[in-house]
Amino acid sequence: MMEWETVIGLEIHTQLATNSKIFSGASTTYGAAPNTQACAVDLGMPGVLPVLNAEVVRMAAKFGLATHSTVAPRSVFARKNYFYPDLPKGYQISQFELPIVHGGWLDIELEEGVSKRIGITRAHLEEDAGKSLHEDFHGMTGIDLNRAGTPLLEIVSEPDMRSAKEAVAYMKKIHALVRYLGISDGNMQEGSFRCDANVSVRPKGQQELGTRSELKNINSFRFVEQAINYEVERQIMVIEGGGAVVQETRLYDPGKQETRPMRSKEEANDYRYFPDPDLLPVEIDAAFIEAVRAGLPELPDAKKQRFVEQHGLSEYDAAVLTATRELADYYEAAVTASGGQGKLAANWVMGELSGALNRDDCDITNSPVSAQGLGELLQRINDGTVSGKLAKQVFEAMWNGEGSADAVIESKGLKQISDVSAIEGIIDEVLAGSPKQIEQYRAGQGKLLGYFVGQVMKATQGKANPGQVNELLKKKLDG
Amino acid sequence: MHRKSLVELAADLRAGACSSEELTRASLERIGRLDGRLNSFITVTEQQALDAARAADARLKAGDAGPLTGIPFAHKDIFCTRGVKTSCGSRMLDNFPAPYDATVTRKLLDAGAVMIGKTNMDEFAMGSSNETSFYGPVKNPWDEMRVPGGSSGGSAAAVAARLVPVSTGTDTGGSIRQPAALCGITGIKPTYGRVSRYGMIAFASSLDQGGSFACSAEDAAIMLGAMAGFDERDSTSVDRPVDDYQATLNAPLQGLKIGLPKEYFGEGLDAAVGSAVETALDEYRKLGAELVEISLPNAQLAVPAYYVVAPAECSSNLSRFDGVRFGYRAADPKDLADLYTRSRGEGFGAEVKRRILIGAYALSAGYYDAYYLKAQQIRRLIREDFLKAFEQVDVIMGPTAPSTAFKLGEKADDPVSMYLSDIYTIAANLAGLPAMSIPAGFVEGLPVGLHLIGNYFAEGRLLNAGHQYQQVTDWHRQIPQGFE
Repeated sequence: MMEWETVIGLEIHTQLATNSKIFSGASTTYGAAPNTQACAVDLGMPGVLPVLNAEVVRMAAKFGLATHSTVAPRSVFARKNYFYPDLPKGYQISQFELPIVHGGWLDIELEEGVSKRIGITRAHLEEDAGKSLHEDFHGMTGIDLNRAGTPLLEIVSEPDMRSAKEAVAYMKKIHALVRYLGISDGNMQEGSFRCDANVSVRPKGQQELGTRSELKNINSFRFVEQAINYEVERQIMVIEGGGAVVQETRLYDPGKQETRPMRSKEEANDYRYFPDPDLLPVEIDAAFIEAVRAGLPELPDAKKQRFVEQHGLSEYDAAVLTATRELADYYEAAVTASGGQGKLAANWVMGELSGALNRDDCDITNSPVSAQGLGELLQRINDGTVSGKLAKQVFEAMWNGEGSADAVIESKGLKQISDVSAIEGIIDEVLAGSPKQIEQYRAGQGKLLGYFVGQVMKATQGKANPGQVNELLKKKLDG
Repeated sequence: MHRKSLVELAADLRAGACSSEELTRASLERIGRLDGRLNSFITVTEQQALDAARAADARLKAGDAGPLTGIPFAHKDIFCTRGVKTSCGSRMLDNFPAPYDATVTRKLLDAGAVMIGKTNMDEFAMGSSNETSFYGPVKNPWDEMRVPGGSSGGSAAAVAARLVPVSTGTDTGGSIRQPAALCGITGIKPTYGRVSRYGMIAFASSLDQGGSFACSAEDAAIMLGAMAGFDERDSTSVDRPVDDYQATLNAPLQGLKIGLPKEYFGEGLDAAVGSAVETALDEYRKLGAELVEISLPNAQLAVPAYYVVAPAECSSNLSRFDGVRFGYRAADPKDLADLYTRSRGEGFGAEVKRRILIGAYALSAGYYDAYYLKAQQIRRLIREDFLKAFEQVDVIMGPTAPSTAFKLGEKADDPVSMYLSDIYTIAANLAGLPAMSIPAGFVEGLPVGLHLIGNYFAEGRLLNAGHQYQQVTDWHRQIPQGFE
């Protein structure tokens, strides 16, 4: 049986998080009533002209620098001509021959310690189209142009990915990056981050690429994986069945979990690209690039490395904690508030906190327990005020809004007993009530130590310092 | 009143010798009485004009008046005017009241100028005779059997017939200068980027430029001064102060070097027009200018390059007229394709369709390099020819058009012959240079235009040269019979 290799390239469309549109002053806020955020320019009124929003240039340059790409000293907007009701001018302003960013790369992690470099062919600026609404209009189509003119950065990868998993890892990496850079909110439900996947298969070992299909407009990591896996299976079946893959555009239907061809007349376009005479070439000098570089935040890879070195984390933990800028920021704030408990903070953020966030479907930016609050709790664990076990109770109470770590420990009486004489008193009581067990222990059943510890902890409702209990018990029993 | 220049009218207004309302009523009266013969207006905005005139009179009284305050003007129907039909000479926009004012409209209204109406034009500014208008052709006031030129034919005829003292125009390949020449008035197209294109319905974005018509260079200077200036809404407008065009009008021409491109005086030029131009050039010699023969070696490539670039841009610019959001929509479309094809098929006239087809072809896959890219290369060569010439001379002169006004219908079925009527004007658009046409005599009762091309932002120099010529000639004072 033939062994097949999958080849994938992604085109990711990222909506840039500007306040106003790429070529007009209209707002980009999502969710407004239809056509309330479209000005004369967005409507393509006769006589209107586009004016480039300088912020999008800065954002694209940030992306370029963060992906080891060249930020072009001169890039050119071009018109992509086609007719569609939600494309007001009958052309989309995009970049064609001279994009603003080209020739970069990113490393993706496949498993602990294994990474792979994915080439970034180019990233170009363009305007989004509006939306056609086919429901609720009784056989007619409604047009909402609020989205028309929203700035997009289209990021085109090299065909470097060899599996759906790699594609998802790359997409996640880009997603985290644009959010780190603050150039996109990455909101996939609202369509701020979506991708087209170019998929082909070839016999393993063959150099030449197979015929590809383009899977359009996929807006979740899960769907990307499903769509690619389905498409790979389909293509292999076609070829093994003696057929040939047709180069075409296909849509993924998440409901049916299959891809199907888009109507062919939609792709029969000759876009007749030419430089947009209404816009000057975008010229970027070295000083601008340096200013952008100076303003770059710490990027995920650098942050991960720093977490390993500075906080003593494993590669894996550091990768988890730097997956989003918000999570990393929370973690670092908690470390600071805890007085530098890097490892402990990692365990708590990845354990209790993540669990609670998931359970209550809550975002880290709205966590009921603040990083400061968690840090204070970790301090109390570290200084022995509360045991690690009881700290979980404290955390739950904090999560439910019952106050700070100190307040909860106080009000619930969860303070750890570390006073030697107090613990000794309780030990004595326990031992006095267990003569039989003492005999057995001394006869060689060392594992009974656990029984005594349990009794002491029970008697103190878990508040006794377990280390001290162990130590004092041993002394009394063995001594 | 209609015999007076803008400068004289402005002085009268300030002196209280007349009111803007009187001027406006006089203009409206002449339009009502005479424009049936010319068809130079598509829309007359009588009520709006009278309101504006009264507001201007209040400003004049309050001493808050500029040189255009209270002066009636006619506005080419390519400039958007809020709430007023802006048709661009097309059925496509016959139902289109613009929802906003073009920057030029705003500037003129803010200056207190009184818009009398919107003038007729070739459909979407595509034509050289004003015969492609959905609203019917404009007639030349010098001979109503003849064309006024185009595309700004209505604006030129309205000034030539003294219906208004000044008007606006746009010039993509000669659309101000050629009608100015054929109607015997002064018309200037400034440097590309000098006048904002915001709200000026695009034909060919890299060539379109607004400008002014008047009876004299001095009046044209005042009008242009009010229209010009950087506009942050137009990325191609140039952020540079506007020169005081009036201040330099009276500079002597002693020592002015005038270049005469030999390519503009050869085959294709009507002999009588040529000799009228020679006579005008003699006047310049008498004014102290030095005439130098120069060469623009790539001049013959201008028309072919233009008829690739302009249609290519127009094919894209006119895509927004799709029947979806505004303008003409075909009745009862059976599906989307039908909506598009019939709205555009019924809304656009033949010349517009011809250019869209040429342009779409020139941009299509496999032809782009051979046509569009090649045309852009030619554009650079033409620009270099001019830059080289301007190392030698201050102003370039020649005929504006190869002949005087031709008869209505004469070239309507022969596009190539029609296109050649812009043979001398197109190069200035391709290079983005300022250029002007001034009246320079008559051939068999029809006006001849002298064409002046200047270096970038040398509008002041052109207007100065025009004004000085008009101090020693009176061609520009001639009024067509029947319109005195």
